[in-house]
Amino acid sequence: MTASRDWTIPGLTIGLVVMLVAGVVLPDWLLNILNISFSRALAVLGLMVLWRTGLISFGHAFYYGLGAYTVAILGKELGVSEILVTVPAAMLVASTVGFFLGFIIRRYRDIFFAMLSLAFSMVLYGILVKTEALGSTDGFSVPTPSFLGFGAEEAADNKIVLYFVLCGIGYGAALLVHRYLQSTLGNLSTAIRDNEIRVEYLGYSVAHAIHVKYVMSAALAGLGGAILAISLSQVDPDSMVNWTISGELVFVTILSGPGSVAAPFIGSVVFELIRTYAFEWLPHAWQLIVGATLLAIIFFLPGGVWSLLARIFGRKEGER
Amino acid sequence: MSKTWQTTKHVALAAVAVSAVALAGAAQAKERISIAVPSFLSGPAAGPFGVPSRNGAELVIESINRGKLPAPYNTKGFAGAIADPIYVDESGGNTKQVAEYRNLVQKRNVDAVIGYISSGSCAALAPVVEELKRLTIFTVCGTPRVFEEASRTYIFRTMAHATADNVAAAHYVTTKFPEVNSYTGINQNYAWGQDSWRDFNLTMQNLKPGSKASAKLQFPKIFAGQYGSEISALSLDKSDLVHSSFWDGDLESFIFQGAVRGLFKKKKVVFTVGGTASYRLGKKMPDGIILGARGPYGVLVRDRKTALNEWFIKAYKDRYGVFPSGPAYQYGQGVLAAKIAYDNAAKAAGGFPNQDQVMKALTGLKFESFSTNVDMALAGGHQAITEHVYGLSKYNADTGEPGASDVVFFKGTCVMPPDGVKSVDWIKGGMKGAKC
Repeated sequence: MTASRDWTIPGLTIGLVVMLVAGVVLPDWLLNILNISFSRALAVLGLMVLWRTGLISFGHAFYYGLGAYTVAILGKELGVSEILVTVPAAMLVASTVGFFLGFIIRRYRDIFFAMLSLAFSMVLYGILVKTEALGSTDGFSVPTPSFLGFGAEEAADNKIVLYFVLCGIGYGAALLVHRYLQSTLGNLSTAIRDNEIRVEYLGYSVAHAIHVKYVMSAALAGLGGAILAISLSQVDPDSMVNWTISGELVFVTILSGPGSVAAPFIGSVVFELIRTYAFEWLPHAWQLIVGATLLAIIFFLPGGVWSLLARIFGRKEGER
Repeated sequence: MSKTWQTTKHVALAAVAVSAVALAGAAQAKERISIAVPSFLSGPAAGPFGVPSRNGAELVIESINRGKLPAPYNTKGFAGAIADPIYVDESGGNTKQVAEYRNLVQKRNVDAVIGYISSGSCAALAPVVEELKRLTIFTVCGTPRVFEEASRTYIFRTMAHATADNVAAAHYVTTKFPEVNSYTGINQNYAWGQDSWRDFNLTMQNLKPGSKASAKLQFPKIFAGQYGSEISALSLDKSDLVHSSFWDGDLESFIFQGAVRGLFKKKKVVFTVGGTASYRLGKKMPDGIILGARGPYGVLVRDRKTALNEWFIKAYKDRYGVFPSGPAYQYGQGVLAAKIAYDNAAKAAGGFPNQDQVMKALTGLKFESFSTNVDMALAGGHQAITEHVYGLSKYNADTGEPGASDVVFFKGTCVMPPDGVKSVDWIKGGMKGAKC
């Protein structure tokens, strides 16, 4: 396992530098696509951790939505738009809720885990749709964010500030998750997936390990949702909490592959580009292209986009 | 060696691809403009709403490009420029629409965006439009929030907003059916349905104090499709009238299921967006349903004999094989408003106008559209008022065509709030300043 050198951290650092430099020259529309992709990638990163443990959640839009609505409500009701306040608050709300629900959900596996997550997310969806004060299905707008008390006059400048902040957050999150996956608890992921009883005999609590992963994925999804809300300046239940969004997160997780913590970021950008171009070229049938892509990935690239990159660069990254 | 070469090749290819992507959306020649037309092209709203919308826009854009509209709009192009339409899908959720709007403006570099059906899309897009500063004409979406939340510079809406639908419905009911003393409602459980019911209920309480709203209102989920239990509940309800703002496929399902259960014989039913179902259901549409079409459009203006209306109906029927429903008119109207603004701005500027000049020409514009006169009177000249109309569905067995009877027109100033007053406050305050 440690025989081949781990290129993840230098790779991520190079990636960060490239993205930061690129941010200065990329056109606005591409920056916007990257902002949306990276927000989603944060949630996918959390799902990847669960997936490595053999768990798939069909309800992580729950935490995505909690994060998004926390930022939006803070802005709307309290007039707080400081990223350094709203984003940690969103993470806190998502991880607190995740912590309590975790006591229930850690007892379930497989389809029951997936469906229970789905049920929680649809409860939140139902509540939001019935709440006229929060704009019901229309949602409401999120005020322009400020960073360190500094709010740009021009919205375009805000986009680029947000992009740099997001690159930093993405880098940090990927590093932390990578460190976690290399720790003993993280390494238990595959072991739990393969045989829980053995893990228990090794002296570890499976329920506890899953609980930790679940709260972590909730916090990451909340973080992703918070930044998505800021980036789009709008929240609504159909684009943030509905089961279709949970499905989209799972889709991107499969598309990315579990090979590396960098995979969700690459996979998410690929997904957004496919969707944007399918939408542009085939306005009547863009969903068909997106669906066909997923089929193609499952058939030909079961390890996701990451396995393709690993093959091209002739290196075995993730050791599953 | 060969391995290094391989890697270099990949990097080079990637660099070429990235720069190609970055260059896409370069500037275009002056004698052409591009107009994005978003509407539902997939999903349950595509059939009754999205496709007629797209067709209405397509017909009018192409006719303008060839100079084939009736006088006085028979000049060629938009200030002489030929418009290239880009039809895009409105489905996929509000945040998707926000992202796609950015692509339209920043990547595909369109000169104007004319469209949008869902109130959710428009509410979500409003701040983004103002941020990206591109002329955007909302054609169908109904929520009054667009202009009530903030003043807008780059957004225009060329039809009346949803308040008019329900205020006019209440006027029609109280004048035509004075015996109606109690009413209930079935509306989809989302913003549109909730707002529609609130406006109708408040207006009824104003126009007919003492009339009674049922305690058992039905709010099924949008796109539910099955209404067995709701229809039973409505049939058993003591109320004289049923109000519904159903649209899309739900409207048609509900009419089918209600008709076989005899709901329309037992109750007076008012559909504020029922006009679109008329042409689609043909003789399966029961007679005597109170129909609105979100303004003077579609089946309710079938018999209006103006040159523009007769041209629109004939050209649309010849091309698409069906009569134009409300959304076709409403999208056509948005495109026509853009043409007039471009032409007027060009006249004032003495050359091809820039966006500010076009917007100035569109602000407060009054013009004759296909089926009605449009006055951009509200929200500082950005929000249109038009007359409104309700009628009863009536199938014409002789011609085999759907039609309407007992059609009543209401003045725009009667059903829309005056400038600067929020619509809910206006209705709650007794609709002061209404000129009927």
